[in-house]
Amino acid sequence: MSGVRVLVGTRKGAFTLTSDGRRDDWRVDGPHFGGWEIYHLTGSPVDPNRLYASQSGGWFGQLIQRSDDGGKSWTTVGNDFAYEGEAGEHLWYDGTPRPWEFKRIWHLEPSRDDPDTVYAGAEDAALYLSTDGGLKWKELTALRTHPTGPTWQPGAGGMCLHTIILDPANKDRIYVAISAAGAFRSDDGGASWLPINKGLRSGEIPDQDAEVGHCVHHITQHPSRPDTLFMQKHWDVMRSDDAGANWREVSGNLPSDFGFPIAVHAHEPETIYVVPIKSDSEHFPPEGKLRVYRSRSGGEHWEPLTNGLPQSHCYVNVLRDAMAVDTLDPCGIYFGTTGGQVYHSADGGDSWAPIVRDLPAVLSVEVQVLP
Amino acid sequence: MIRVVLPAHLKNLAHVTGEVRLEVAGSVTQRLLLDTLEAQYPMLLGTIRGRHSGKRRAFVRFYACEEDLSNDSPDAPLPEEVIAGKEPFIILGAMAGG
Repeated sequence: MSGVRVLVGTRKGAFTLTSDGRRDDWRVDGPHFGGWEIYHLTGSPVDPNRLYASQSGGWFGQLIQRSDDGGKSWTTVGNDFAYEGEAGEHLWYDGTPRPWEFKRIWHLEPSRDDPDTVYAGAEDAALYLSTDGGLKWKELTALRTHPTGPTWQPGAGGMCLHTIILDPANKDRIYVAISAAGAFRSDDGGASWLPINKGLRSGEIPDQDAEVGHCVHHITQHPSRPDTLFMQKHWDVMRSDDAGANWREVSGNLPSDFGFPIAVHAHEPETIYVVPIKSDSEHFPPEGKLRVYRSRSGGEHWEPLTNGLPQSHCYVNVLRDAMAVDTLDPCGIYFGTTGGQVYHSADGGDSWAPIVRDLPAVLSVEVQVLP
Repeated sequence: MIRVVLPAHLKNLAHVTGEVRLEVAGSVTQRLLLDTLEAQYPMLLGTIRGRHSGKRRAFVRFYACEEDLSNDSPDAPLPEEVIAGKEPFIILGAMAGG
């Protein structure tokens, strides 16, 4: 029977949660790298034993760890994340120019076909590529040096490149999202970039048709429909059916369209999941009820999923990289909270149970199906 | 032989338990000591000082002989007691948050 390994990054270390394919009996291992912030922990799609972790902290900076044995042992690999050439300036919160300054890696995205190739998204926003298992990193400079770059401003969490999607149908196509610059697409492997924010509406900026400046929180895609993208924006849930060229709102009947993560069912490309959060200043669920909302119609029509989730006095948040789906049938859904709970559903969201309740605040959740 | 005390997180990273002992040739400065430490333990690159700037990270401190050497010039000679191995060169994380 297949197994499942959930990779959890938290404010104070990494954890792995493993089960067989029934997903009803879990083993919790960790913390790995105790005391360090693990912004992202993820695995190679082609070699489940190859894991990468972004390890950082205020005292000792950024490190990247690699495991070749599914997390049993780790090796510190490269952490030389230099901005190539002139770093340049972007806008600070107060509108004044500020030099680009590396702070941390938010997201690691391993290649779909080579375990040694991995992309990294940085704060301040930049995209890096390693082709030797993380030993050396090279910036794909065309993104940071895009003509709009000097106008980018950080979101409240920093000017982070938090989403990287490697298109399954087109090896040259990459999507990224940056808070609060917006979404970008490359059709030439990162050599050039196109802002793809048409149709986004953001009350926080004066020009609703602005090419950049939208606070995109997360984007997801189903591999069978690579031109369809789903986005959780600061406010609004959006979709595009033309590879990001145009977006339309699909928030529909959600109790709040503010939120961070968005995920798509592994076998139903029109079934999507979000976790509504009350507002940009109140980062907790509306009415203190932790509800995942599912749409089976690609948005607009949403149903609350509450079975097994706390429906009173719940004031946690679910961060942008903290939701994942497995590829088993029925599809498993997983998410972690800032309160340290990791919940899972083994039936596509109909019912939920905690795998673990008292971890440090969860920053990221990924899941692997093991042979 | 120069003795270096690392903070717990960096000991874990370098896979060491006690003090680190370094053979440092020539006129021993903070820069040379850190160059030698990083050469022997490359996983520490970037954790004590910026990889390119060479500047001490903001929340890292250097102590020796009951003195705070954090803001000394990296090219100033280290105290004789450190060079002689009588006193350790202590690297630690500053008190800053939890």
